[in-house]
Amino acid sequence: MSTETTTETEVFLPKAELQSLIDCLLGDGFTVVGPTVDQDAIVYGEISSVDALPRGWTDRQEAAKYRLERRDDDALFGFVVGPHSWKKYLFPPLTTLASAQKTDDGWQMRTPEPDSTKYAFLGVRACELAAIGIQDRVFTGGPYVDPVYDTRRKNAFIIAVNCTQAAPTCFCSSMNTGPQCSSGFDLALTELADGFVIEAGSDAGSSVLVRLATQPISTEQTSQADAARQQAVDQQTKQLDTANIRDVLLGNLEHPRWQEVGAKCLGCTNCTMVCPTCFCSSVEEVSDLAGENVERQRHWDSCFNLSFSYMSHGTTRNTITHRYRQWLTHKLASWHDQFGTSGCVGCGRCITWCPVGIDLTEEVAAIRGNEDYCDLTTGEEA
Amino acid sequence: MNPVSPCLPNADPWLAHTVRIASITDEIQDVATYRLEFVDAAIADEFSFLPGQFNMLYLPGVGEAAISISSDPQQRGVLDHTVRVAGNVTGELARLNAGATFGLRGPFGSAWPIDECVGGDVVIVTGGIGLAPLRPAIHELLNRRDECGQLTLLYGAREPSGLLYTNEFDDWRQRGFDVAVTVDRGTDAWKGNVGVVPQLLDRMPLENPEQTTVLCCGPEVMMWFAARSALGRGVPAERIWVSLERNMNCAIGLCGHCQFGPSFICKDGPVLRYDQVAPLLRVEGF
Repeated sequence: MSTETTTETEVFLPKAELQSLIDCLLGDGFTVVGPTVDQDAIVYGEISSVDALPRGWTDRQEAAKYRLERRDDDALFGFVVGPHSWKKYLFPPLTTLASAQKTDDGWQMRTPEPDSTKYAFLGVRACELAAIGIQDRVFTGGPYVDPVYDTRRKNAFIIAVNCTQAAPTCFCSSMNTGPQCSSGFDLALTELADGFVIEAGSDAGSSVLVRLATQPISTEQTSQADAARQQAVDQQTKQLDTANIRDVLLGNLEHPRWQEVGAKCLGCTNCTMVCPTCFCSSVEEVSDLAGENVERQRHWDSCFNLSFSYMSHGTTRNTITHRYRQWLTHKLASWHDQFGTSGCVGCGRCITWCPVGIDLTEEVAAIRGNEDYCDLTTGEEA
Repeated sequence: MNPVSPCLPNADPWLAHTVRIASITDEIQDVATYRLEFVDAAIADEFSFLPGQFNMLYLPGVGEAAISISSDPQQRGVLDHTVRVAGNVTGELARLNAGATFGLRGPFGSAWPIDECVGGDVVIVTGGIGLAPLRPAIHELLNRRDECGQLTLLYGAREPSGLLYTNEFDDWRQRGFDVAVTVDRGTDAWKGNVGVVPQLLDRMPLENPEQTTVLCCGPEVMMWFAARSALGRGVPAERIWVSLERNMNCAIGLCGHCQFGPSFICKDGPVLRYDQVAPLLRVEGF
């Protein structure tokens, strides 16, 4: 979808009309994906009705803890973010990249036709818009474009939802990614008690918006929406000091803190699975018994797996300490060299879903405690 | 910036081209050179590469391995890979015969900076199978012999039986390459140098160190000592180049495996300027 920003003014969509937005998108051939409760968590799944949304639910999050709780109202988006992110759809956890068939003339190679599924994402938070922007750079910004991501991304319709609350794990303000959605969406909603303040962020969004039974917005509704969005700012307590962070981390590769966090980390890969920007993968061969029809399947992988850095003459990152250091320095430091942006959006998922509660903001603060460092990429003393 | 692929990136980077083994030359124990030809004539016409680049060799049902190209880039239609049996893919490759087909994606990665080499002296420092990715550079420098100063190859192996391409050394010497060879452990029949490769660099005369380019491929510790020797002899850090190895899966910078700090070895490397990677080479497990 086009991400050109148009200067639509905000209008009001009564709560009863949200279904017509879903219907409109379904009618346009989109597969609508939104938040829904499954196995005691708010996850993303295909929906066709507002009844699938987590009405009246909220999430309580802290390091290593996630619980759903009842709200005292019927809010549909009254929670923060769960274990899923939209990368599940744009960069699927399992996908077939190519196939090979053995014939009398030797092996014939093929790649599949691009997936024509059109996804409409309902409920994309500001940090998640930023994460999609980061993965755009990873998968489509370099000399090689990933065809799977590229096709799905171009077809996607994005309905953002502004956060009206923050979890203790949130730090999007530090990362300059939120909490307010400012660009990268087709439509953006702010939930009020009886409806939504809605605005279009693209031509595609405008063309959907005009088909909805919206109402002019009142001054009161505008100020209610402002107050709701401000609440997400005010509730945010966690911070990550990003000043000079690349040099601080790459200049402290032998800091004793890496050993300490390495002793705590289980190497379980949870942080990388829930991270909305982590993009590591591996390709495996899936063959029939005769070995004559083979598919090449890509699945999510993680730099926390020992095999990830395996080479015939040895594994590069043999210890969890090395692997945690790789993950954090990549995410917050070398990502800047590679993609011109941090790899972190401040969503806090890696903190919540870490089974031992490792908090990357604490790790950075501890390493930052040592101001005496040497930039190992240039050899210069800081 | 390093030179990059002369080919436009494939429209679909995941699509392998079918290649057929034209011939197999046994080199040393567990090492053979596979001459490959594209089944599709249009691909054969289009395909070109720079010295130091690699291909992903794909054996369906087994997997892919990143293997550097070891033939002369100017010899169109000739595409050699010298492969040591080291894992599943290379092991399966060793069981194939001439005529067998498999897949190839490439070429990928950065190249040896031949344009920066010409006009001055060049010292190639390498060990064992590390000579394979430098063989195209040797050919390219010999193709441009008149533009170069002194050309020297310093090559080592653990033992004499580990030396590659020995039957080509005389040809290289005749065409203007000084070739010096050493082994870590000699045999009764061995009359040559014994010792590690960087020692050859310590001992060789360097008349114009400031105009000398050093190209290095081998174990990281060997490259580190070679670079230290070169720096000590007055070769500028920005004229020392190394070829690095990391686990590679996609070869196009999308899978994350081959990261080395800021670099993806598959697309920013494998050939990198030493001063850009040297500090990280000393960090264990990075």
